[in-house]
Amino acid sequence: MAVIAERGLVVKSPPSEGYWRIAWGRLKRHRVAMVGGGIVGVFILIAIFAGSLTPYAFDQIDLYKRKAAPSLAHPLGTDELGHDVLTRLLYAGRISLTVGFSAAAAAVLLGTLVGGIAGFHGGWKDNALMRFTDIMFSIPDLPILIIIARYLGGSVLGIVLVISAFAWMGVARLVRGELLKLRQQDFAEAARAIGASDTRILARHLVPNALAPVIVSATLTVGGAILTEAGLSFLGIGIQPPTPSWGNMLQNAQDFIWTTPWLAVWPGVMIFLTVLCFNFFGDGLRDALDPRLKI
Amino acid sequence: MSRYLARRLLQMIPLVFGLSVIIFLVLALAPGDPVDLLIFGNPQIRPEDVVRLKHFYGLDQPMYLRYFKWLGAAVLHGDLGYSRTYKTPVFSLIGARVSNSLWLTIPAFFLALLVAVPVGIYSALHQYSARDYAATFLTFFGVSIPVFWFGIMMIYLFAVWHPWSAISALAWLRLPAGGFASSGVSEGVAVYADRIQYMILPVIVLSLLFMAGYTRFTRSSMLEVVRQDYVRTARAKGLETRVVINKHALKNAMIPLVTIIALSVPGLFAGAPLTETVFGWPGIGQLLVTSVQGADFAVAQGIIMVLAGLVIVFNLLADVAYALLDPRIRYD
Repeated sequence: MAVIAERGLVVKSPPSEGYWRIAWGRLKRHRVAMVGGGIVGVFILIAIFAGSLTPYAFDQIDLYKRKAAPSLAHPLGTDELGHDVLTRLLYAGRISLTVGFSAAAAAVLLGTLVGGIAGFHGGWKDNALMRFTDIMFSIPDLPILIIIARYLGGSVLGIVLVISAFAWMGVARLVRGELLKLRQQDFAEAARAIGASDTRILARHLVPNALAPVIVSATLTVGGAILTEAGLSFLGIGIQPPTPSWGNMLQNAQDFIWTTPWLAVWPGVMIFLTVLCFNFFGDGLRDALDPRLKI
Repeated sequence: MSRYLARRLLQMIPLVFGLSVIIFLVLALAPGDPVDLLIFGNPQIRPEDVVRLKHFYGLDQPMYLRYFKWLGAAVLHGDLGYSRTYKTPVFSLIGARVSNSLWLTIPAFFLALLVAVPVGIYSALHQYSARDYAATFLTFFGVSIPVFWFGIMMIYLFAVWHPWSAISALAWLRLPAGGFASSGVSEGVAVYADRIQYMILPVIVLSLLFMAGYTRFTRSSMLEVVRQDYVRTARAKGLETRVVINKHALKNAMIPLVTIIALSVPGLFAGAPLTETVFGWPGIGQLLVTSVQGADFAVAQGIIMVLAGLVIVFNLLADVAYALLDPRIRYD
């Protein structure tokens, strides 16, 4: 901001901050988002270093100590087969977070592709793709996921593919909206006027400016992906035991709710906290990047 | 308007075909058809019997023939196949279960809207107030909580633990841990009165989920409308806020909400697989889960086909509703 004194003296102002730096500053001031992001960071670290944090293996069973109450040796108790709950909880974090991130990444890629083509070319491609996106939006996803997961599920890759197949629509709509808006801006027209090719305009001008909503959308998609994976695993169609996932740890918990209710508490709390923190962080991110964004 | 409708209808047709092909292929291409399962269960089965059974079920015909036969049967005769596990035609099975699901989803839906719309509007109009923050915080909770875990926790709280029973005045507040009906009650009004106690928890769980989403949506829709120029003009003209909201803002904010509601209806018929499984409620969602787990493909295919049909119909209805409510769309 230049300060123009009365006599026409112009004082040189410091160079203005870049967009990302301003956004980062805003994000730092958003306390809830930072706390959420911090907690997620801690969970990620725990997931990566799960092996070093626990003395047991995730499939190690102690048949003499099944359904044991929390104790010093097993801080969260043991489940019906004798696994240490805390160990499985930490390893399950690894799986659930991996699935969440990968599915969100795949969904964002897919959505950017669809939204990009629709927003950039417009016309009948836009119509057809958006129609397709709208229909996909309205399909109740869980029933279809249940069926598809039966065949592709079980492996992490299968679950990721299945979840991302129904998570890309929001991103597509966003990207399309942004591209439509950006296409009409002067800088895009100027680029075309000097003869820039489609690819160049897209890569050099449009995509960097459309990134912000995509990032926010990606963060918010991770939460949904984690929830979906947990649901599918709970039904027995997602990650299969003995590989622990927060969802499949709850599979049998309901049967034991009368005798060992704590088995049902912790995996759910982890899912809830993780998704909640991701959502808080994504919300803060959206406010930081552009408070006017209407996602 | 009729041209708009005709155009939308025409666009639907390739979609219906595409969907039906995908649905059929997803299940038909899956490894392991019913006869293979028979073989697995009975390794002694003779090869001639295998051939005969495959021919009987039409499993040895080329894919495209099977597709057309299935489509024809479904569309022309309403014959969606036969369930192996329940030994009944799929159509009647679905029919019975859908009404069960609706007992859960419709009350949950209305309860959710009843709370979400006023809260969302209030939140938008009093943005940044303490109540707005509280409501937004709660919607975050509602959107982040895993439905099945919430259900299990509710069961634990109301059926297993119920700590308030120490107070004799509150001891009556105990709910069953899941299920659909008590034994011994089978006729007349008593059935419905009895069902209510089983309904309370799943409906609450389900509606909280819907509520969070709809509150957010109403709030953001209202926020968008209130920023518009015509609202500012109305205020500038001196109209009191209540009139401005009721006469101008609300109607416009409701348009996207109506669309969302129309598009949610197929979801209502889809039941809630997770909630129904947790509460042991015999609805369509639970049927889907058990049929997929038990490899009863006819049922799964039938359910998806019915769902797809509903999705298509209600997409069209949502388009019509939107065009009726927002004249700007018609001249697209």
